[in-house]
Amino acid sequence: MRRQLASRDLLRWWLPQALFALAVAVVGAITMFVAAQNLSVRGIVLDFDFLSSTARFPLSESVLAYSPSSTFARALVAGLGNTVLLALVVSVFSTLLGIPLALARRSSHPLAIGTAGTFIDAVRNTPLVVQLLFWYGVLTVTLPPPGNALQPIPGIFLNDRGLYITSFGITGTALPLFLVAMGGLLVVAVLAWRGRLHQASVVTLAGVIAASVLWLSLGLGIAPDVPHLDRYNFVGGVSLTPEFAAVALGSILYASGFAAEIIRAGIAAVPAGQWDACRAMGLSERQCLRLVIVPQALRVMVPPMTNQFAAILKNSTLALVVGYPDLNSIANTTMNHTGHALECVALVALIYFTLAAMISLGMALLERRSGRWAL
Amino acid sequence: MTAARALLTLAGLVASLSACSERPAVPTASGPTLAEVRARGFVRCGAGKDTTGFSAPDAHGHWGGLDVDTCRAIAVAALGSRDKAEFVPLTGQQRITALLTGEIDVLPRTTTWTLQRDAGGINFTIPNYYDYTAFMIGAESGAKTLRDLDGATVCVQTGSLTEIVFADVARRTRIVLHPVIFDNVQSTRQAFLAGRCDALATDQSALVALRAMKPSHHFTIIPASDDIAPLTPAVRHGDDQWFDIVKFSIEAMLVAEHLGITRANVEAKRQSRDPIIRRFLGVEPGNGRALGLRDDFAYQIVRQVGNYAEVYDINLGAASGLNIPRGPNRLRRDGGLMVPIGFY
Repeated sequence: MRRQLASRDLLRWWLPQALFALAVAVVGAITMFVAAQNLSVRGIVLDFDFLSSTARFPLSESVLAYSPSSTFARALVAGLGNTVLLALVVSVFSTLLGIPLALARRSSHPLAIGTAGTFIDAVRNTPLVVQLLFWYGVLTVTLPPPGNALQPIPGIFLNDRGLYITSFGITGTALPLFLVAMGGLLVVAVLAWRGRLHQASVVTLAGVIAASVLWLSLGLGIAPDVPHLDRYNFVGGVSLTPEFAAVALGSILYASGFAAEIIRAGIAAVPAGQWDACRAMGLSERQCLRLVIVPQALRVMVPPMTNQFAAILKNSTLALVVGYPDLNSIANTTMNHTGHALECVALVALIYFTLAAMISLGMALLERRSGRWAL
Repeated sequence: MTAARALLTLAGLVASLSACSERPAVPTASGPTLAEVRARGFVRCGAGKDTTGFSAPDAHGHWGGLDVDTCRAIAVAALGSRDKAEFVPLTGQQRITALLTGEIDVLPRTTTWTLQRDAGGINFTIPNYYDYTAFMIGAESGAKTLRDLDGATVCVQTGSLTEIVFADVARRTRIVLHPVIFDNVQSTRQAFLAGRCDALATDQSALVALRAMKPSHHFTIIPASDDIAPLTPAVRHGDDQWFDIVKFSIEAMLVAEHLGITRANVEAKRQSRDPIIRRFLGVEPGNGRALGLRDDFAYQIVRQVGNYAEVYDINLGAASGLNIPRGPNRLRRDGGLMVPIGFY
């Protein structure tokens, strides 16, 4: 019986699969052959050696260390860093902003529904490029030059070169303190994750006391680094460029419209009977939301959110239009200076593909867990 | 499974890349570009998007500029008419890829001749303009030398040699410059004019052109170094005949100036008894044929486009309103770097 089934499987299941795989392989091989021939006609040779040459060009900003004397590979890594930073910031904040928008649209207050609805329609129905250019224009044209910088709060300066914030450096050997703080935060996070809020608060208190004792015994101090106007620009402190601000702000608002609709749909997808059943069990409204509705809504939301995060990653390539150096833009520059267009395009495609695959994988893990979740 | 999908995607990528080029695979020795251009009926040139004086469409949509006229000269050589040229606007980042993939036949687009580019699959022909990188800053800043720029924010366009010269200046002089980098001329200028940057770094000719467009502003131009940037039309590797045609289309304009042949007198010069002029204009045959062209190609270039001095004057000199002095772009006999090569 089993044997028969297996032989039928061979015909019905494995044979079509094998044929399809063969067809794909043949098409792939022909494509590769034609591509290789066309490339050799043009005298283009695939060669990745250029990656270890000196890049020579500057970057306007980079979260990872980079200078014009770094290699092309290093420049691409710097671009990857900028892209990941941007995608992370946009993913986190657009989702956070999407939640109140979704709740506002589900509320019974006409003003809240109207405002949220108009906002969502506006950001979803205009091209992201236009929005990015709009925000960049707003930031660079309306803000004053460094000479008349705005100072909304003492120590914070806003001008058309960016936002400059006073930073605080710790003077002295702060490593033990840093380790204690990190360890404490980790313990608190784990406890809070498991819902042991009481234990978490005790650990927090103990941590604060330990940190204070350490602070005093190590003789540490705080040195503020206040931004001040030099000949052309503010120097000191930490700063945020208008380019990053524009691309992050524009992308967050754009993505939040989509996130809001996904979240709203997720909540709406939970049948009303679930509320009734939950209430009938004597649970409070908040408990119902946390224990019954959200876990089910999350499961519905995960697949569209996967698309959403992948879209955010891919849309980050538009950072180019406002001068933020993301991976794609640095790859374009590399292509231009080396002439290795094919290699750069292939590398960039592979990197974005890998990142998107990681998002899919992460979200799949989340999906598997979401059944067991209760907030 | 994911690995298999990755492979599929890569295969698709390669397929789309190879599909980008409609050019049939033909052997390179017999000069495929000229045959292709003749079959198509026009020359396709890479152009700038808004590079006043070099390549920019005017208010009526007609392309004009030194690089545009260079392309027209090539069209005259290959096809006999200055109108048989098509211009493909390209950003600095796109231009070399466009040439490599066969989207354009020749790239006369303010592209500086450098070792890395030359080695990377293209051949530079002959410089049609000598430029240099410079910084432009508002006169009210009081900046006069590079050192005065210490700490300044500078708008730079990517995909150009400017960004490398810019980085080199900062590395060499140890002054701190904060770059803000855009991928096209318009954004770079707009950011500079909006006050995002203190200074704008690009080719001196482009700075002069911008300054001429903004007469209400006062700007100082500071050279980035004493290096010179030969802006040179380029062709793909692998077609030596086309390489030669482009070189001698440019040379035709320089030699015409050297020989005193202008649009106005070219007709009369055909009666000249000077053997050099007679050979140049194709009255004594041989030169055009050697390149695979009509023997009167240089005559047609001068008649339809003009000699280098005329082309310069219309696009960059007094007649253009930009009024950029010829400087190094004078002929060698006048103290410049432009060398007329013999039409022997």
